[in-house]
Amino acid sequence: MRHTISVLVENKFGVLARIAGLFSARGYNIASLAVSETMDPTISYMTMVVEVKDEDVLEQIKKQLNKLIDVITVTDFTKREHIDRELVLAKINYAAKDKAKLEGIFDKFVGKIIHHKEGTAIIEAVGDTQQIKLLLDELSKFGIIKELVRTGKLAISN
Amino acid sequence: MNGARILLESLKRAGAEVIFGYPGGQVLPIFDQLYDFDIKFILTRHEQGAAHAADGFSRATGKVGVCLATSGPGATNLVTGIANAYMDSIPMVAITGQVGTHLIGNDAFQEADVTGITRPITKHNFLVKDVRDLARTVAEAFYIASSGRPGPVLIDIPVDVQRAETEFIWPERIEIRSYQPTYSGHPGQIKKAAKLISSAKKPIIYAGGGIISSGAHILLRELAEKIQAPVTTTFMGLGSFPGTHKLSLGMLGMHGTAYANHATMESDLIIAIGARFDDRVTGRLDTFAPYAKVIHIDIDPSSISKNVRVDIPIVGDAKNILGPLINQIKKSPDTSAWLKTVEAWKKKHPLTYKHTGKFLKPQYILEQLWDLTKGDAVICTEVGQSQMWACQWYNYLTPRTFISSGGLGTMGFGFPAAIGAKVGRPEKEVFNIAGDGSIQMNIQELATCVANKINVKVLIFNNGFLGMVRQWQELFYKKRYSYTPITSPDYVKLAASYGALGILVTKKSEVRKALEKAIKTDNTVFIDFRIEPEENVWPMVPAGQAINKMIDGLA
Ligand SMILES: Cc1ncc(C[n+]2csc(CCOP(=O)(O)OP(=O)(O)O)c2C)c(N)n1
Ligand SMILES: [Mg+2]
Repeated sequence: MRHTISVLVENKFGVLARIAGLFSARGYNIASLAVSETMDPTISYMTMVVEVKDEDVLEQIKKQLNKLIDVITVTDFTKREHIDRELVLAKINYAAKDKAKLEGIFDKFVGKIIHHKEGTAIIEAVGDTQQIKLLLDELSKFGIIKELVRTGKLAISN
Repeated sequence: MNGARILLESLKRAGAEVIFGYPGGQVLPIFDQLYDFDIKFILTRHEQGAAHAADGFSRATGKVGVCLATSGPGATNLVTGIANAYMDSIPMVAITGQVGTHLIGNDAFQEADVTGITRPITKHNFLVKDVRDLARTVAEAFYIASSGRPGPVLIDIPVDVQRAETEFIWPERIEIRSYQPTYSGHPGQIKKAAKLISSAKKPIIYAGGGIISSGAHILLRELAEKIQAPVTTTFMGLGSFPGTHKLSLGMLGMHGTAYANHATMESDLIIAIGARFDDRVTGRLDTFAPYAKVIHIDIDPSSISKNVRVDIPIVGDAKNILGPLINQIKKSPDTSAWLKTVEAWKKKHPLTYKHTGKFLKPQYILEQLWDLTKGDAVICTEVGQSQMWACQWYNYLTPRTFISSGGLGTMGFGFPAAIGAKVGRPEKEVFNIAGDGSIQMNIQELATCVANKINVKVLIFNNGFLGMVRQWQELFYKKRYSYTPITSPDYVKLAASYGALGILVTKKSEVRKALEKAIKTDNTVFIDFRIEPEENVWPMVPAGQAINKMIDGLA
């Protein structure tokens, strides 16, 4: 099961290493991790998606995170209303003849071309997990994706 | 004031009484200040000794132990000692020198990424890059080490920070927004626990080291007597409940008493206080205490429901929870039938040993030590069979009288820890129960004892083996004693060459006299007891078995 949690931490050097170390030492899996400064520059915000086999492990992860001195709060979005998004950049093979087909996809799904040159285009897509998945499935059908980078999920409660 | 001076002033303000340490290039400014600074400094002969001594000091006194080492090899030599304190939740502050800030990351001479290395074995650590942060960092380090679930904190200080000048400002209050341990238990949970206790028929109290760090031993006794529940302690909990009390079952688990294990397995309610259901206690988890509901009181939320599913968790300091809990128990359960059953187990499966063969029996030595001291001593141990016998064959009456490496099981801990304990409790007789293997791991600290007149009494249970490993080889590896026979120096001569007293004991009739002589001698004493080479620790639960499936080679 995947769960999204966010962690507010002191914005100090070594904090990321503490969190990464905790996960590796205890054998927890991080599926994705996004980190950045908040409005308050002394605080960083992390959104992480963790892969766990049951709720007990999730509980342990939250408790262990809370135990780190530099962790201010841990929020579990599993049972909490929230909005989440992920940004994806994809480099694809792009020929003029594909234009209509791609526009058809973008009409139905998230995503747009933000750059292109010499048979290559870069697509940007922002969406929730499902939207991104649908888009990538669709693009994959054409076998045109050359490179893909994604931010991992960001989440905020609503 | 320079950083080095600020460090020492801060340590003093934080309440440090003694520093155990060793000098080197990147702590020269600190040592220069120590030269005429009014704080006790004990020069060990190895940084590992300094870390364990600080740890032993802390265990004996309840205060924060402090150790100090230079960068690189000095710092890495502290690592085992820090990990040891971490596993047993011992408050300690370790200070290391570091190469100058401009050299960090350059693989400079004697550089090691000590904050990186110690991240998973400290409660928290700091690299101080600006001298203006130093005093506050020391204050925070002491606060973090000693509050909540205690643990070691490391402060890494680059040498240029030690030299840099600034004004000394000691923060009178420490507030860390991201660190707010819970101290008082939830009243609703306490009420629920009280109700469950009232309705129990076969309750057992399972007390751990948390009782000792919390200082809740008096309340523990009150609770046990009020509800007439038998008390078993973990290894770390020895001393939290008087071993001679009629409700005491001694230690449970792998080498616990049979009656503690049976009582735990048959109980209908486990009241766990400051203990963490470690695998040496529970044995095979899915068979553990099948009929029991569990109340778990602990200051560390992550200890609760980690291994064993808990019915009523109460997060907080045992000292703050037990009082209200005792008051809330309106009706004490009727445990008379249960206590009879427990008593029958005690009669049927007592700890025993046989006087056979020509060698000394380790159990006999401990019985004699008990007889001479009656619990009024600090007993430190190394690791192995001798350690387990020390758990079984001596009664600990009060907290902080049993000092031993639990979670990490560090051979070489006992001797330097005894030094720390003696420095902290000079009025107490301090013994180190040592195996012949373990004592050779930090034997250099004999020099520290003699040079500083720290008189500890080392009782070497010399079986010529790494006995605990040999026992496993005997039982599970067809007696193939692969590299477990071990030689020793002549301990009498060795002690003498350091200026201590050595005594060799080979006969039962000499045991008592030797112990008396050791106690009377105003010096460090090594007694080389030649014990039965292949004596085993019984009873024993083989790893991964249910804890009532004990084997006992005596039957
Ligand atoms: C530093 C360290 N290395 C290895 C071990 C593994 N180990 C556990 S007990 C033991 C034997 C200890 O022998 P000794 O000190 O003679 O005590 P005995 O069991 O014979 O009483 C060993 C090697 C350990 N616990 N610690
Ligand atoms: Mg031995």
